[in-house]
Amino acid sequence: MAIVQTKNPMPVQEPEVRAHNFNEVALGYSEETAINEANRCLNCKNQPCVAGCPVNIHIPEFIAKVKEGKFEEAYQIISETSSLPAVCGRVCPQESQCESKCTLGIKFEPVGIGRLERFVADYHNEHNTAKPNVPAPNGHKVAVVGSGPSGLTCAGDLAKKGYKVAVFEALHTAGGVLVYGIPEFRLPKKIVAKEVETLKDLGVDIDTNVVIGKTLTIDELFEMGYEAVFVGSGAGLPRFMNIPGEALKGVYSANEFLTRSNLMKAYKEDPVTPIMKGGKVAVVGGGNVAMDAARTALRLGAEKVYIVYRRSMEELPARKEEVEHAEEEGIDFRLLNNPIEILGYNNPDDPRDPKNGFVTGIKCIKMELGEPDASGRRRPVEIPGSEFVLDVDAVVMSIGTSPNPLIKDTTKGLEVNSHGGIIVNEDGLTSRDAVYAGGDAVTGAATVISAMGAGKLAAKSIDEYLSKKQ
Amino acid sequence: MNSWSVLMLRKDNFKNIVYRKDGFYMYKIVSRKPLNATVTQMEIEAPLVAKKAKPGQFIILRVDEEGERIPLTVAGTDPEKGTVKIIFQIVGGTTEKLNHKAEGDCLQDFVGPLGVATHTDGIKKVCIVGGGVGCAIAMPVAQEFHRLGANVTSIIGFRNKDIVILEDEFRACSDKLYVMTDDGSYGQHGNVTVPLKEMLESGEKFDQIITIGPLIMMKFVVATAKPFDIPVTVSMNPIMIDGTGMCGGCRLTLNQDGKRVTKFACVDGPDFNGYEVDFDEAMSRNRMYMDFEKHAYEEACNLFKEVA
Repeated sequence: MAIVQTKNPMPVQEPEVRAHNFNEVALGYSEETAINEANRCLNCKNQPCVAGCPVNIHIPEFIAKVKEGKFEEAYQIISETSSLPAVCGRVCPQESQCESKCTLGIKFEPVGIGRLERFVADYHNEHNTAKPNVPAPNGHKVAVVGSGPSGLTCAGDLAKKGYKVAVFEALHTAGGVLVYGIPEFRLPKKIVAKEVETLKDLGVDIDTNVVIGKTLTIDELFEMGYEAVFVGSGAGLPRFMNIPGEALKGVYSANEFLTRSNLMKAYKEDPVTPIMKGGKVAVVGGGNVAMDAARTALRLGAEKVYIVYRRSMEELPARKEEVEHAEEEGIDFRLLNNPIEILGYNNPDDPRDPKNGFVTGIKCIKMELGEPDASGRRRPVEIPGSEFVLDVDAVVMSIGTSPNPLIKDTTKGLEVNSHGGIIVNEDGLTSRDAVYAGGDAVTGAATVISAMGAGKLAAKSIDEYLSKKQ
Repeated sequence: MNSWSVLMLRKDNFKNIVYRKDGFYMYKIVSRKPLNATVTQMEIEAPLVAKKAKPGQFIILRVDEEGERIPLTVAGTDPEKGTVKIIFQIVGGTTEKLNHKAEGDCLQDFVGPLGVATHTDGIKKVCIVGGGVGCAIAMPVAQEFHRLGANVTSIIGFRNKDIVILEDEFRACSDKLYVMTDDGSYGQHGNVTVPLKEMLESGEKFDQIITIGPLIMMKFVVATAKPFDIPVTVSMNPIMIDGTGMCGGCRLTLNQDGKRVTKFACVDGPDFNGYEVDFDEAMSRNRMYMDFEKHAYEEACNLFKEVA
C-alpha cells in the first residue's frame, strides 16, 4: 500500500466565520478519516512516538485499534496512561512531542497522533455510557491541591489504584487553567466537565471554594487524616512590564482577560461580569496564552487585534497550529516590537471627563536580534529612535506569571527556588515529608501535558511511599 | 478523632447543611437584617471560613450559578455556629440580587478567608476611622483591638442620619466614639477628618490610625495625619475576580522609596500603608466599569419589579 504523504486535514470552521463565534475551531475527524489516518502509521518496532509523550501513551497500540475500527478499545489503551485524553488531543503541542519523533515524519508528515487521540476520546465520550470500574479502596487518603491538569491527573491515577482522593479547588469550578485560561473555541468547557465527571465516577471528591494556604493549610490536611499531599496549585500572579501606564483602565493581564471571558462567561451576550469588547486591542507576548487572548479579543468584537512580540516568528513560543489559526483569523503580528509605554486619555480641562484614564495607545520601539542569550534564543536589542505608537483601546499583558505565594507562606519547611517555584526532587517530592508538587507551581508557566506528566510522576511516587508505609 | 473531624467537608460529617446534587454544601443564609435602606447584614453558614477568618480579611461570593464573583470583607464570625457575618451595600446588579435573598436561602459559592488580617501587634492606642458601609469592615477591627486591650478611639462618618449604622456596636468596643454626618442631621456636623484633626492638633498620639471607607475619605485621612507623622493603614477595595492571586485585576501602585511598586490587594492586602498608596490611580481604576454596573443594577431592579 502506497504511503499517504500528508496528514488527513482537520476539518475546521472557516476563519471568517469562527473569528466571530466561540465555538470550537477544529471540528474533529470522522470515523472514516480517523481510520484513513491510522492506516498511515507504519507500526514501527522501536515506537519513538511513545518516548516523545510526557505520559507515554501506548500510541501504536491505540492506533492499531483505530485501524480496526475498534474505537472504544483504542480509548481503553489511551486511558491506561492518560486521565484527560479529550483535553490532550486538543491542547498538546504534538508537533514538538510524539509527532516530532514519528518515523513517517522523517520523510513525510508525521501521523496525526493528536487528531487521532482527540477522535478516540470524543468517540468514547459520545458513545460510552458505562461508568468506570471503581477499584477496591486501599484505605489510604490523599489530598490534591488544585484541579488543573496536574491535580486531575494525579487524582485520577491514585483513584485507579484504590486511594481515596480529595481535590481542593480555590475557584468555584473544577478544571484550573482548562476552565479559566484556555478558551471555549480551543477547548470546550463541556469536555473538561466530562473529564472531571469521569474522575468523580472513580470516587474522587472535588471540593471547590477551598483555598489551600487560606481556608486550610497543608499541615491541617495532614491533621485531617490525609497521608500525602500533592500541590498542583498552578501559576500565580501575572507579571507586568513595569512600564508607565500599566494601571490605566483597559490594561489587563492575560489571566484577568481570559478569566473574565472563560470562567466568568463575559463573552456571552448580556454578561454579569464585564469585559471591554470591541475597539482595537494589543496583546503583548508570544506564548499560547497570548494567542488565546488575541483570538478571544477578536471574538469579543475587536475591530483590530495585534500581537506585539519583541522577538521574531522563529522564537515565538506558541504552538504552531495556534499561530496559523490566529494569522488566518486576521490577527496582526507586530514582531520585533517592544512596548515602552501605555498611553491614556487625559482631559486637562476636565478632571471628571469619564474618558480620563482609559487606554488610547501603546508606544513601542523596534527591535533587532543580537547574540543568543542564556535561553539560547537570540536576544532582542532596541533600535534607537524607532519608537512609534499603535492606537489601541485595550492592552493585554501576556508575559508570564510568578508563583502564587499562598502555599509557600503557610507551609513551614517548604523550599522554593529564587523564582518562587516549589523545589522537588526527581520523584516530585518537595522538601517536606509526604508533600509532592508538580505543574506550573514547580516549573513556572509551561504546558498542560507537562503538568500532567508531573501529576503522573507524583502519583507513582505517592503510591510507592504509601505502599511502603503500611 | 482530631479537631478537624467536626469540620470535615463531606456530607456524612455535616448533617445540618444543605447540599447540592453533586455533594457540595450550599452556603445557607441563617440571618438577614437590613441596617439601613441600602445596607444589609447577613450571617452565612460557612464553617471552614468561620473557623479561620480574622478581622481585615475578606471573602468572595457568588449569588447564583451564573453570578459574578464579588469580594466582601468579613464583618464578624461565630466559629461555634460556623457562620460568617457580611455587611453589604446595594451598589450593582449582584448586590441587588444578594439583597433579595431571604433567610434560609443559599448562596452558590462562598470562599475565604482571603487577604492578610489587619496587623495588630504592638499597637496599644489606635484610632479607627470608618466611612459609610466601610464602618462594617472597621467594626471587627475595632472589636479586635478592644479585645486585645488596646485603647480604641473610633470615628464613624455617614452622609446623613438615615444611613447611620453600627453605632451601638462601635460604642461597645470604643473608649471614645465620634459619630459624624456630612449634613449635621445626626451626631456632629462634618466629615471624619474634623475630630481627627482636632485630636491630633491637641497633642493626641496614636500608635496607628486605621481607616476604611471610600477612597476619597481615606485619602483625606492620610493627608490629615501626615503632618503629625502617625502611621496610617488603609483598607483597599479594588475590583477583584478570583481573589486568590491569579488575575491581577486588583493591582494598585505603591510609592516606596521613590519607586513605583505594583501590589495585589487580594494577596498582599487589603491593608496597605496609606502614605504609599496612589489613591488617584486607585479611584480611576475603580470607575472602570461604572456604566456597566449602573446598567446591571437597573436590569436587576427591573427584574425584581417584574417578579413582584
